[in-house]
Amino acid sequence: MRSDPAEYELVAPGNLQAALSLLANDPGAWLPIAGGTDVMVQYAAGNLPARKLLSIWGLPELRQIEVLPGEIRIGAGCTYSELREHKTLTGEFPLLARAARWTGGIANQNRGTLGGNIVNASPAADSLPSLLVYEAELILASVRSERRMPYREFHTGYKKMKLAPDELIRAICLQPRFSTHVSYARKVGARNAQAISKICIAALGKAAGGLVEDVRIALGSVAPIPLRLVETEKSLRGKRIEPALVRLAREAVAAEIRPIDDIRSTANYRSIVAGNLVVEFLQKLGAGRNFT
Amino acid sequence: MSLPVTHDRRKCEISFTVNGVPTTVDAYPMERLLDVLREELGLTGAKEGCGEGECGSCSVLMDGRLVNSCLVPVLQASGANVVTIEGIAQGANLDALQEAFLEFGGTQCGICTPGMVMAARYLLSKNPHPTTEEIQEGLSGNLCRCTGYIQIFDAVANAARRGFGA
Repeated sequence: MRSDPAEYELVAPGNLQAALSLLANDPGAWLPIAGGTDVMVQYAAGNLPARKLLSIWGLPELRQIEVLPGEIRIGAGCTYSELREHKTLTGEFPLLARAARWTGGIANQNRGTLGGNIVNASPAADSLPSLLVYEAELILASVRSERRMPYREFHTGYKKMKLAPDELIRAICLQPRFSTHVSYARKVGARNAQAISKICIAALGKAAGGLVEDVRIALGSVAPIPLRLVETEKSLRGKRIEPALVRLAREAVAAEIRPIDDIRSTANYRSIVAGNLVVEFLQKLGAGRNFT
Repeated sequence: MSLPVTHDRRKCEISFTVNGVPTTVDAYPMERLLDVLREELGLTGAKEGCGEGECGSCSVLMDGRLVNSCLVPVLQASGANVVTIEGIAQGANLDALQEAFLEFGGTQCGICTPGMVMAARYLLSKNPHPTTEEIQEGLSGNLCRCTGYIQIFDAVANAARRGFGA
């Protein structure tokens, strides 16, 4: 049933310090809302447990993309459209740019934010595997301090994360260390736009002399959190890219992921397709071709 | 952007510009922009299809950006420049994009049409000469159950050829 707006409080403090102060004064009481592409959907369905909302949409401190020496710092409130339009970012991080294009339609890209997507913590979010393979770091802000955390440590379980009740994600930091890697991304869904993925992948690799020199693989919708396939990566490193590697790759992937049946797909389908995607990535890696 | 601070759940005065007209409404901050446009301001062009940001029938421009007005709490529209389908035609004179929708059969039942026109207008404002694929991507957030889309894509392509967004 539709929610009654009279039962909800929404405040818009206008700057980051004021927002953090509100959170600190009453930790856990406020639900931050940025572009509303997730929160307003729950609200419309009458499924929003929070009654007090804190608008962080348009906070200037969260809206910048800073190109620093050795690092690009993306404000957590930057929208997918802003990511797509940033030439340095899309040039250095094609997997994130690709995922930004896949996330929702244009109107949702104009409102959905990268920080919001991280906190919403959907295991199917298209952008999160790219953050895993790029080894993104998060800056978490509170009135107490700012701290940095590797993104791979942030999600600890389904919709569970290391974010204190008085904290906001301030920025997502990416270091351009992978410009000579082959990039590979695919989304498998009912359609590309709007449809939530059945499964999605972001991968980076480097091959030399027919051997896998470096490989980084992350998948969405195969576990309670976006999953970096650390064990699979280990088993592939140093191996010759040849047909025999296909079987090893499939077995390693199947052993590492934990897909489920849900409304969008089945565990069995996801397991087979996950193997297919990793195999296709290895083929592109062997051929030295990007596929994004 | 500065937004008014409210500290209670009561209605508050929220001001923004709609189709060029400075407007103030007395609304709950969590009211959806779509509902305020339709019910408070009588602008019923934007439609509610899904109410969850999937169908694009409620598309409007907010500060020049295409948004689903069903997902915008009206407080976040405070100070914004909102353009709805009612703000496009000059009186009875449709603009060239709207004419193209008529000419190419890009509208049938009409429910998706205001959103389609707004999304197409936004696309052409960013990219005056889109490829077919870019038109498809630009309208991918707008669902139509009548036309099969081809007539809509043709209408947008034709408007672009006539220099609509240039």
